[in-house]
Amino acid sequence: MIPMNMVTPPPDLAAISALQSKLVSSLRPILPDHALLWEPEDTIPYECDGLAAYRRMPLAVALPETEEQVAQILKICFKMQIPVVPRGSGTGLSGGAMPISQGLVLSLAKLKKIVSIDPFTRTAVVQPGVRNLAISEAVAHHGLYYAPDPSSQIACSIGGNVNENSGGVHCLKYGLTLHNVLRVRGVLMNGEIVEFGSLAPDSPGLDLLAIMMGSEGMLAVVTEVTVKLIAKPKLARVIMASFDDIEKGGNAVAAIIAAGIIPAGLEMMDKATTRAVEEFVHAGYDLEATAILLCESDGTPEEVAEEIARMTKVLEESGASGIRISKDEAERLKFWSGRKNAFPAAGRLAADYYCMDGTIPRRHIATLLKRIQGMELKYGLGCLNVFHAGDGNMHPLILFNGADQDEWHRAEDFGTEILEACVELGGTITGEHGVGIEKINSMCVQFGEGERESFWGVKSAFDPEKLLNPDKAIPTLNRCAEYGRMRISGGKLPHPDLERF
Amino acid sequence: MSFSSSNPALKAFQEQILNAANSKQILSIQGGGTKSWYGNTNQHTKIDARTYSGILEYQPEELVITACAGTPLKEIEAALYEKNQVLACEPPHFGADATFGGAIAAGLSGPGRIGVGNFRDFVLGVRILDGKGQDLSFGGKVMKNVAGYDVSRLLPGSLGTLSLLLEASVKVLPRPATTATLRCQISQAQALKFLNEWAGQPLPLSASCWIGKGMGGDGELSIRLAGAAAAVQAAIPLMSSLVLASEVDPQIAQTFWNDLREQKLPVFDHLGSDQTLYRLALPAACGPLNIPNADSEIVLEWHGQQRWIKAPGDTATFDAIKKLATANGGHATRFKQGSNIDPSFQRFTLLSEQAHSKALELVQARLRSAFDPAGVFATSRLP
Repeated sequence: MIPMNMVTPPPDLAAISALQSKLVSSLRPILPDHALLWEPEDTIPYECDGLAAYRRMPLAVALPETEEQVAQILKICFKMQIPVVPRGSGTGLSGGAMPISQGLVLSLAKLKKIVSIDPFTRTAVVQPGVRNLAISEAVAHHGLYYAPDPSSQIACSIGGNVNENSGGVHCLKYGLTLHNVLRVRGVLMNGEIVEFGSLAPDSPGLDLLAIMMGSEGMLAVVTEVTVKLIAKPKLARVIMASFDDIEKGGNAVAAIIAAGIIPAGLEMMDKATTRAVEEFVHAGYDLEATAILLCESDGTPEEVAEEIARMTKVLEESGASGIRISKDEAERLKFWSGRKNAFPAAGRLAADYYCMDGTIPRRHIATLLKRIQGMELKYGLGCLNVFHAGDGNMHPLILFNGADQDEWHRAEDFGTEILEACVELGGTITGEHGVGIEKINSMCVQFGEGERESFWGVKSAFDPEKLLNPDKAIPTLNRCAEYGRMRISGGKLPHPDLERF
Repeated sequence: MSFSSSNPALKAFQEQILNAANSKQILSIQGGGTKSWYGNTNQHTKIDARTYSGILEYQPEELVITACAGTPLKEIEAALYEKNQVLACEPPHFGADATFGGAIAAGLSGPGRIGVGNFRDFVLGVRILDGKGQDLSFGGKVMKNVAGYDVSRLLPGSLGTLSLLLEASVKVLPRPATTATLRCQISQAQALKFLNEWAGQPLPLSASCWIGKGMGGDGELSIRLAGAAAAVQAAIPLMSSLVLASEVDPQIAQTFWNDLREQKLPVFDHLGSDQTLYRLALPAACGPLNIPNADSEIVLEWHGQQRWIKAPGDTATFDAIKKLATANGGHATRFKQGSNIDPSFQRFTLLSEQAHSKALELVQARLRSAFDPAGVFATSRLP
């Protein structure tokens, strides 16, 4: 199941074992016994993150409990030139926290204190291991919440959110992690403690906070985050609209935006998904619909009533074949339950599923869905399509059986073809899951050599020795050359007009 | 290092950059020159960014506009206005010739910033020429994009010190269905208290401005509400009753907010030749500040997070203001200087003057050399 082996030479076991002993004996004086793991039975839970198809065992796993320990660990690894892979809750879907065989996994899971909450300035200071949802729960009694809500919000940590610039179903209106974080405190690979951004609306110099967002643990290790809290809307209601045609559904999304409405959430599911989730949650979805749109409005009761009426009108004019509006909170949650359970529902249909994360301009939604239908035939695999339609971010779930090597390879090729279609339609290979190890080859398609060289320049500005999560997100020149040769030998060259390789 | 475009303006840019790199010359990027006084002074050879102009793509239902950096800002805003959309952070023009690229490079935002975020929050993608003359594109035209480092968001506020911006895609928003402005007389401390309390409630608060004399006495607080008609109508009586505010005529209100954005209000007029207009960026928690030597009235925007103060332009005054801002968790800028003030003065708070930022000076220097190894762009403009 590990396709990466083709580029990694077989490791020298004796050398790895010697390095492991050296690392463990250097870290032992600064960490309590329970905070340092190196026996395989202890480190095996860390061999992968949420993308289980990519696994590797690290030399050791450190679980520091203070920022000071984080800094000391980094200083030691810096001195020993041992690569470090930071890890949050391990829910990432792109293998961004996959270990390096001759490296250390640095888990921030034990830094999980909410340091302070200030309702007057609408801010909270939290450690990186605090779960996304725990922030909103802790401030709910002030009538506030933390807006970004990735699907994994029960488990994923704010440190991971910063490193992936996570979104969620409400980011069309409320923004990504980038828009909701004021300050990040972290440690550079050499052990120096730094702060990006501040509680003021801007900071001197270049906007380094912006470049930290979504940097996939490659620039600094996050030790504290100051998040922005916003007023909890008094009410939320959702419209569930059915369409008998994918194109009409796609056009309805565009029509809502064109009417000057920014819904709190705007999600789309195709027929296959609707059927799969209905069997799982019994939310009363329209099983005949080719596409279902969920459009949420939030705010004051007056505001919601006004917006729901406007959206209903647009949806009717766009040819919706059925419209239902949630009567109360219970029904709203029921309407959402299917969308939120698309992943487990996919898990019931097949042994494994492979979740993609491309983003395309909204107007191409129908085009891409039709292409995916063609790919299902080409690769002989099913695919469920769920979309953050409001921002064009789509999550096709390719169904396969991981026990069958051939099915996994077809699933991978299917995924790669979807991502290349996203780039071709003017979009991107990843909207919110990150590049990690999974999409690193697709980076060769989306970016030219100059851009990739600039990314390495950014990396080197923070981490000149390239020790912090160095094998993720940004492909090397050699890797892209290798990938280019593979693609050519596999058939035709994608985008032959571009000098990519 | 291939150059994919045959556009003569882009070819000329590239030649100018490569020649400068070869001859160790420094270039200063300029658009309409409406903000040339902002940032540290520089007398370097200019690149005129206006030669590459025009809107490249605008599809209102995508909420994105892509345009060349040299496009007049008013042309962008006119195109958006036609489709009932806006640059929601309201970047100031400071003159009829302001360009799209200049507004991004300055990174300044107007009254709307407190409700919707700063210009950086809206930038989705850029095309640039780096200091090696390489034609590079980062980000894209979609809201969600985490492929590669977010280089495009390094450009807003970089004052042309990192690369030459060629094109940018920015997110736009629908023009609010309804706006209303309330006004009352209230002390600075009371204004800050109410604004922060309101900001923590589900109210359609979109901008605020308090103008008054320093610490004591009442000043004039203006509050802008924007959003769905029902939300605005419901908020007016609620907020008015708390501060005894009355609604301002919509025409007068619109002029007021625009004049605030463009610094055309009387309070900004007549900067004395020995005076400096200081800008303070401060956390929401910062109460009224006793500014040393402050003259006349001060202006608070963004619920007190941006403050404008006229005071003597000498170094001692700036140092005192800077110290006050830093002690409160913010920073200060010599935004605009009077005609008698030494133009070579450092205008900004330095990274080294901020807590836990010293190590970032080296990071920043390395970042600049990654994009501009020969030092072609006038880096001194923003330390």
